[in-house]
Amino acid sequence: MTREALTGSRIRERRIILGVKQADLARQIGISASYLNLIEHNRRRIGGKLLLDIAGVLGVEISALTEGAEAALIAALRDAAQGARMPDAEMERAEEFAGRFPAWADALSKSHRRIAVLERMIETLNDRLTHDPELAASVHEVLSTAAAIRSTASILAEDKDLDPEWRDRFHANIDADSRRLAASSKALVGFLDAETGEAVTSSTPQEEVEEFLAARNYSFEDLEAGAVQPADAIKDAPELTSVSARQVAEDVLKRIVQDSERVAMPKLERALETVGADPVALAEHFRVSVPCIMRRMASLPKLGLGLVVSDRSGALLFRKGVPGFAIPRYGAACPLWPLFQVLGQPGHVLSQRIQVPGRADAVFDCYAAAESVGPMVINVPPLIEATMLIVPVPGPDQDSDAAPQEMGASCRICPRRGCPGRREPSILSAGF
Amino acid sequence: MDKHVLLVEDEMNIIEAIRFLLSREGWRVDTHSDGATAVEIIRKLRPTLVVLDYMLPGKNGLDILLELRNDPDFVNLPVLMLTARGQLRDREQAEKAGVSRFMTKPFSNTEVVTAVRDLVQLAR
Repeated sequence: MTREALTGSRIRERRIILGVKQADLARQIGISASYLNLIEHNRRRIGGKLLLDIAGVLGVEISALTEGAEAALIAALRDAAQGARMPDAEMERAEEFAGRFPAWADALSKSHRRIAVLERMIETLNDRLTHDPELAASVHEVLSTAAAIRSTASILAEDKDLDPEWRDRFHANIDADSRRLAASSKALVGFLDAETGEAVTSSTPQEEVEEFLAARNYSFEDLEAGAVQPADAIKDAPELTSVSARQVAEDVLKRIVQDSERVAMPKLERALETVGADPVALAEHFRVSVPCIMRRMASLPKLGLGLVVSDRSGALLFRKGVPGFAIPRYGAACPLWPLFQVLGQPGHVLSQRIQVPGRADAVFDCYAAAESVGPMVINVPPLIEATMLIVPVPGPDQDSDAAPQEMGASCRICPRRGCPGRREPSILSAGF
Repeated sequence: MDKHVLLVEDEMNIIEAIRFLLSREGWRVDTHSDGATAVEIIRKLRPTLVVLDYMLPGKNGLDILLELRNDPDFVNLPVLMLTARGQLRDREQAEKAGVSRFMTKPFSNTEVVTAVRDLVQLAR
């Protein structure tokens, strides 16, 4: 059963909304009520003149009966089925399921989306709980104060013959510690509350900058056109609350301006059509470095590409994620990423097809290259920066003979067993 | 055997409570709050047992423990580690480094006193 299956449900829904009886509609379009009933329950295909007649009687465009939300619904159902590792034969029945049980299909689709959001939130919070120094210090403060109170209170409760001087001292300690505990737990709850919203709030300059860039879809047409200067573009940005964040953002925008002077976006769009989306070929076409062209490609919203930039210490300086490819906000990323493999070889461009664990075990083509940044100084080693472009590979990995390399985001949230790069146990390894 | 405990902890009210508890049990209790100089103090005082906090200013409890275990004089020194970090990984690291007992905050007084007593008996 194909797309027509849902069309039947839409015809029925539209007819009922208009208050038209099934028999009346059938009569007007010249078919039997029983046949219309089969169509409405997605048991008969429909198209051509009959569909045109029905749309005319119901007063809607044909597209309103055949297109729209159903495509997204079916895509979501297939995604859910893929995540549940359903057999292909069952996945092919997504449209039939959506047609026959539209309300259930909608509920399943919404639940699937919600699970995806919650999984992302868990990853982010776990990442923060594990690596955020502010949170670690805050939890330590609460637990240490609780330990002091518990211990002191036990002495007071259990020792009936306690010397009055000690008793007064312990009472004073409990009073001071309970005040401290109230303040520190309140601060901790405030911190955690801020983290559990739909949008995880920023707390470091880099996070503020990422929020600023994401809110603008990493695209700055006015800036690239010279209509505004970097300093103006960040002046009233609500995401940039700290001086440090504004400074980091201004540096990012200055680099965008520099890159756009070398590769203007309209020229890049034209070159994508003539040269193709190969970063090396494009870099040669524009006579710029591969990292530069990768940054430009990632700035083009319609391509939907991710980008990560790292310095030689492994710190991630820039993160633009794509669905299915989690980039850790805190702590170290997966050491197997091509990004890190090129750090010692500036000029070498590495291309790897990789698969990352997740609900759908998504596949990506990653291009990585390193270059020296900053001025050349005699007897001073150059600063090296590595850049990795992340290109989602749609559908099953069929056009490659070689199996994709298996990688993760960071050890903490990577369930892969037997990984040679593992630094610490995963919270997902026990079948989470 | 001399009943001498060195408590390495930077939380003043925990120090006060533990000192009171162990003193009441007949222990001589010295305290120290700086991680950076803790090993030096342990070498100087040579206590029967060390109660060691994990998170200390200057140097953390795990590094202090590792340094002690690398010194032949302190390979068998009973060390009770107190920590607010209850993660399995921290416990495993501490055990690998040779901790005698690992206890998470907030602990009960009985647990601490019993652990100190047991560890010293085992060391005899």
